[in-house]
Amino acid sequence: MGYFDSFADFVRMGNHGIFVWSVYAITVLTILGHWLGLRLQRRRVINELQRLKKRGHL
Amino acid sequence: MALSLTPVWRWFHRWTSPPNFYRISRPWAHGLMAVGGTALFVAWIWGLVFAPEDYLQGNSYRIIFVHVPSASASLALYLTMAITAVISLVWKIKLADMVIRQCIPVGLTLTALALISGAIWGRPTWGVYWIWDARLTSMLLQLFLFIGMWAIHTAIDQQKLADRATAILVLVGFVNLPIIKWSVDWWNTMHQPATIRITGETTMVWEMLAPLLLSMAATYCVVAALVLYRTRWEILYRERKTRWVQDELGIRGKA
Amino acid sequence: MLFLLRREWLLSWRRRAELVNPLVFNLMVITLFPLGITPEAEKLAVLAPGILWVAALLATLLSLDLMFRYDHQDGSLEQVAASGTPLAALILAKIINHWLFTGLALTLMAPLLGLMLHLSGDLMLLMMLVLALGTLVFSAIGSIGAALVAGLRRGGLLLSLLVIPLYIPVLIFGTGTISAAIAGLPFVAPLATLAAMASMALAAAPWVAGAALRLSIND
Repeated sequence: MGYFDSFADFVRMGNHGIFVWSVYAITVLTILGHWLGLRLQRRRVINELQRLKKRGHL
Repeated sequence: MALSLTPVWRWFHRWTSPPNFYRISRPWAHGLMAVGGTALFVAWIWGLVFAPEDYLQGNSYRIIFVHVPSASASLALYLTMAITAVISLVWKIKLADMVIRQCIPVGLTLTALALISGAIWGRPTWGVYWIWDARLTSMLLQLFLFIGMWAIHTAIDQQKLADRATAILVLVGFVNLPIIKWSVDWWNTMHQPATIRITGETTMVWEMLAPLLLSMAATYCVVAALVLYRTRWEILYRERKTRWVQDELGIRGKA
Repeated sequence: MLFLLRREWLLSWRRRAELVNPLVFNLMVITLFPLGITPEAEKLAVLAPGILWVAALLATLLSLDLMFRYDHQDGSLEQVAASGTPLAALILAKIINHWLFTGLALTLMAPLLGLMLHLSGDLMLLMMLVLALGTLVFSAIGSIGAALVAGLRRGGLLLSLLVIPLYIPVLIFGTGTISAAIAGLPFVAPLATLAAMASMALAAAPWVAGAALRLSIND
């Protein structure tokens, strides 16, 4: 498997697995967080417009 | 000056008008995200699975494919923000304010990511999570500056005031950052002549350098796409009372 | 300019009770360190320059909030802006005045505080010089922060958040000068840098703060 001899070796990363994988996990979470942030932005705009519409401001 | 530049000026104004930018930025955002996302995926697989081990640091060096791109992208983003702040303050372009506002959360997370990944990398390499080295300290202060921008923008209710105050802070912080970097460097060499350097960076072999460069290019694309997406929603929010936004979202009143 | 300075001085003098607070605060912060860390003289002497700097920084921040607050509230800032007096001149007067009441006062307090922290007497004069220069930069850069939050009702905490990162270089060069002197190394270079920073901050800050202040005046 690529540079490593086995999948277990790949996960262990020569005893540095915990460091490497936690960094990549945090990065993936950050990306997910930003995706969620975009969804929230979208909700904010749509909610605001619907509120304006309900009140008859549009 | 303004007179002789009239055609350019008019073009610039039209190009940065919110509806126009919203329209033309759409393919850019999608394209950059698609290219950047794919490239990032490839770079990570390459870096994690196929790149060889570092003879000094072992496998922990693989953190570099997150650490260096996020740090470099955060600096590039700050530079972009400073240029945009000048545009905002000098020419009062609405779009510039929206871009700055939406750069803040992205820059904040990039800086935090660079710091966190650096700290985790520091543990196996240096034996400690944190040292008060020039680069780390100035990065931490960049994080503080981003927090300050976010805080002042949320604290001021009035949109225009908040935008201006943030732009001024971006510029003041931008002047300050090199001074910090320089002063911390000076301060550190004073107490600690031999600073710990990240080895391998200068003597990097091609098999490691290639995925690193790819991950950097990919991160730049993803960050640019993210800022574009965020700016597009900011445009819709701020222009929500206009016809074109209501048409765009399909939410319309009766009359 | 002299007139502006005189006006600031008189206004501050009338509120002198309020202005004493940062100095008392400074004294109390200094008291906390021997109690919180160690009362041992040797250890305190090593920490003393740093403690004095941090205390000075905190005390400056406390009084910074007031720099534009009253003038903003009673509308006299608007009048100055409308009267054609350059805003930068007013701000420069405010910076100098703020420094006289906090920075210089803190500097004059330094021998007493140094005594409390067992700072060696030979260093005292240098410490005072560095503190005087450093607090001048604090007041100048602080005016930008104070101007940015002038229109806000609760700007105090936000102000600290904005200004502390900008104060770091001063802190570094300030402590650098003292530790160089302690180690017996030449300390002229960091001292000169600090002086250069003070003159640059004094030259630039009034303009930037003026631009920031105009925002909250015009709304």
